[in-house]
Amino acid sequence: MTTVIRAEGLSKTYGHGSNAVHALADATFALEENRIHGLLGRNGAGKTTLMQLLTGQEFATAGTIEVFGENPVENARVLDRVCFIKESQRYPEDFRVKHVLRSAPWFFPEWDQDFAEELVERFRLPVNRRVKKLSRGQLSAVGVIVGLASRAPLTFFDEPYLGLDAVARQLFYDTLLADFAEHPRTVVLSTHLIDEVSNLLEHVVVIDEGRIIIDADADDLRGSAIDVVGARSAVEAFTAGREVLHRSALGGLATATVAGLDEAGRAEARAAGLELAPVSLQQLVVRTTTGETADRTNGVPA
Amino acid sequence: MNQPTNREPHVDDSRPIFLQIAEQLEDDIVAGRLPEETQVPSTNELAAFLRINPATAAKGVNLLVDQGVLYKKRGIGMFVAEGARARLVAQRRDRFREQYIAPLMTEAERLGITPDQLAAMIREDGR
Repeated sequence: MTTVIRAEGLSKTYGHGSNAVHALADATFALEENRIHGLLGRNGAGKTTLMQLLTGQEFATAGTIEVFGENPVENARVLDRVCFIKESQRYPEDFRVKHVLRSAPWFFPEWDQDFAEELVERFRLPVNRRVKKLSRGQLSAVGVIVGLASRAPLTFFDEPYLGLDAVARQLFYDTLLADFAEHPRTVVLSTHLIDEVSNLLEHVVVIDEGRIIIDADADDLRGSAIDVVGARSAVEAFTAGREVLHRSALGGLATATVAGLDEAGRAEARAAGLELAPVSLQQLVVRTTTGETADRTNGVPA
Repeated sequence: MNQPTNREPHVDDSRPIFLQIAEQLEDDIVAGRLPEETQVPSTNELAAFLRINPATAAKGVNLLVDQGVLYKKRGIGMFVAEGARARLVAQRRDRFREQYIAPLMTEAERLGITPDQLAAMIREDGR
């Protein structure tokens, strides 16, 4: 496996002294080539800041970045291979959709015009309309189309679905999967709609308050935590000495999200009359980023 | 095109998806929906059909290749190996006790159903 992105001790601080905001703090991670990576976290967690640093649009306060083995800042060898679809891309005044599609090949050497036109049909995008007259969903569709048809070796999608309805979002996910299978490339998908995309992701980076708290393969996370449900006393007895990510209780009934429960542990829970329920990636992220009983020092709950 | 199954496409969060892919293919082989020496869907077909990452689908298929359940015909695709069904059935019989009997006994005990009553129920219903 080839590493496309490598970040070490990456930090970004806005402001000074007591007003300083640590948008990103000491992030160290690597992203492998030709995979779909999920960049997950709450609003304001630092996802966009991280992508801006990786695409050379912001300067790091500390740390190093390598994209395709080089520093991305003002580096055409890197940036020619990168496509960054932002939540709210701005276009020149009076630009129509067709102008966006016509100018895209200047920025993306791998641009596929036929594919772009096919996507315009599928997303029912009015090509002659001025970009500023588009609805929020249509504007997002423009970004999605540019991102897919760019076929850039490294493509970032930053919350690309604002205003897209469920049908259009599914169309985006299905098209991404099909095109990724035909034309493997590295995709970084930043989202908080985790349930919708979790099965598309091969690798997941979860960021919370500027810190990377999970960096793991998506399949390794599945089944890494499990909900144990039952009588409060039984749940408390069972979870004593185990790593618990989250607890909730209602009357005499309690639920505990337990990390790293192996088959023997599961059998023990069942024998104690407890029910076991799977924890989705979204639930896992919610439970590790709400910061109640979560262990914030190490990443993967394993 | 081979469709993976005739049931609803479905994976859940309880376990790694590649294991679920392997198990679904095993189910199809055991049930005879994928007879021996037939071609199984490609990883891209599985990925599109189940809406999962192609690499994850490939990992599930490769698990079965490693176990000799599937084999690769160069340039054509993956096929169900001869004798795969018999071996899978034998494996599943070994696991039947812990996977089905044990939870059944636990729930029966919780409900105050004795083993004799349970056996009688199975004789009445099972055929």
